This record gives sequence, C-alpha cells and structure tokens, in this order.
Amino acid sequence: MNSAVLVFPGSNCDRDLKAAIEVVTGRTPAMVWHRESALPDGIDLIAIPGGFSYGDYLRSGAMAARSPVMRAVTAAAARGVPVLGVCNGFQVLTEAGLLPGALMRNAGLSFVCRPVALDVANSQTLFTQGYRSGERVTIPVAHHDGNFQADDETLDRIEGEGRVAFRYAEECNGSARGIAGIVNDAGNVLGMMPHPERAIEPAHGGTDGRRLFEGLLEAVA
Amino acid sequence: MKARVFVTLKPGVLDPQGKAIHHALEGLGFGGITGVRAGKLIELELADGTSEAAIEAMCRKLLANTVIENFRIEQVAD
Repeated sequence: MNSAVLVFPGSNCDRDLKAAIEVVTGRTPAMVWHRESALPDGIDLIAIPGGFSYGDYLRSGAMAARSPVMRAVTAAAARGVPVLGVCNGFQVLTEAGLLPGALMRNAGLSFVCRPVALDVANSQTLFTQGYRSGERVTIPVAHHDGNFQADDETLDRIEGEGRVAFRYAEECNGSARGIAGIVNDAGNVLGMMPHPERAIEPAHGGTDGRRLFEGLLEAVA
Repeated sequence: MKARVFVTLKPGVLDPQGKAIHHALEGLGFGGITGVRAGKLIELELADGTSEAAIEAMCRKLLANTVIENFRIEQVAD
C-alpha cells in the first residue's frame, strides 16, 4: 500500500502516523509538504495528521484546508482514494468541506488528553473492517477542539446512512450524539478525533488503533 | 478603504467560551447578565473600490465557517 502523510507547519503527529503506517503496511509513506500542488502517483491512502496546523489561527484546520496540497487531496478523494484525518486532520477535512459538521471548542473548555473508550458504531466502513460493530475499544485523545457539531438534519442523515464510525462510550468533549469519527457519503474519507496511531504497540499502553490500519490495508490491498 | 467583518456563532450553536465569560463576569459580582456570546472582529484594509461581493466571497471562503457561524460586513470610511 502506497501512502502519503501530509505535513503542515504545526503538524506534530505526522511522524507518529508515518511510523504506524510503516509498521502495519511495511512501506514508508511519502511525507508531503503543504505547499506541494500534487501528490505522488499511485497513492492508496492519504493521511492527514494531528497537531496545530498554522497555530490553529482563525479556526482549527481553517488555514490548512485552504493550502495548495488540499486541492490535490480533494481531487484524489473525489476519485475514491481513501483519506484518513486524525484530530487536526479531522478538523482540516471538515474545514475543507470533505466531511460535514464542525469541530468546536470542547464543551468543558479544557484540553482533553487521555485514553477514551470508544464504541465502533459501524464496522463495515473501509476504515473499520478490523473491528466488530458494537465493540468497545480504547484509543487516546488529545485535543481542545473536538466537540463535533452539525445541525439536526445533518446528524440524522449521517446516522441514518451508517456514517458514524466511532462514538465516545463516555463523555469526552460535548460532541453531538457522542460522535468521535465519521465517514463521507462515498465512504472513502474518515475523520476521527482519537489517535489510532498512538495505540499500535503494547508499549503505547494499548494496541486498539492498530486494527484500523490493518483493516484498511486489507480493504485496500 | 477598510471593512470590518463580524463573525458570530449562529443562534442555537453552543458557545462554551461565552458561557465561561458569563460565569467569570458573575464571579466578579456583575449581576443581571442573561447571556454572553463571543465572536470575532476581523479588520480588512482593502484597495479602494473593492466590491461588497468580493468581501462577501472572502467571508464565505475563509473568514467564517458558515456551518456554525454567521458574518456581517461593515464598510468603514477612512
């Protein structure tokens, strides 16, 4: 599986994501700087990392969503290339209009940094085939703006279409209907606030993130 | 020319920052506050003759996230 990890000024989980993809797929992802206008040919996965791109100026993910590389990502997503956005990557995807809704300041106003229990809401997506629906997993979160909000009509639609991939099994940040991760209508773009790349090796304290990458590899290969 | 863009959360969108400001004001002893909503003011310095439509496009494409925010443009005489 050939993959690319985007790097924005202020990204800080790009190397973690690279390491996770490398361990699971055996291939080193291309690291693609935000100023690039094209992605490497024959890419099977685009990963948008966590961090604080552009210092979260204006709104989290707002600047990164308008950077040159995102035009190439939008075009690739439209061709069906899988796109995974984690944390700030999820914020970038909503700001770019590739996913619905918005990620607002956590309801409790605090930065939340801890392992959280998640329920796999749909194991049939491209990204969640390594899990069973209804399974409870533990994956760390680390964010200030993870409070997913959308209007009721949008929430009803994404729930009705089975586009909620993960839900918080415990209160985390005030997200509407406990949503932690969603896919787009075509199913090839996933945004999630928890960090699967931080739960790969037993030394990380848990390995529940690893199956996301393994399931994706199996689905794509 | 100058323009001011006011970006505010849409009615009904929860504003935890506004709530925190509200609590802090009450903690300082100010009473009679029934609600606080926080927003942003963005001042643009523009070439003379920049159209309202162009400023509105800036708001829609970047300055406001219209999923959760409204904006209002105010043109300012120098």
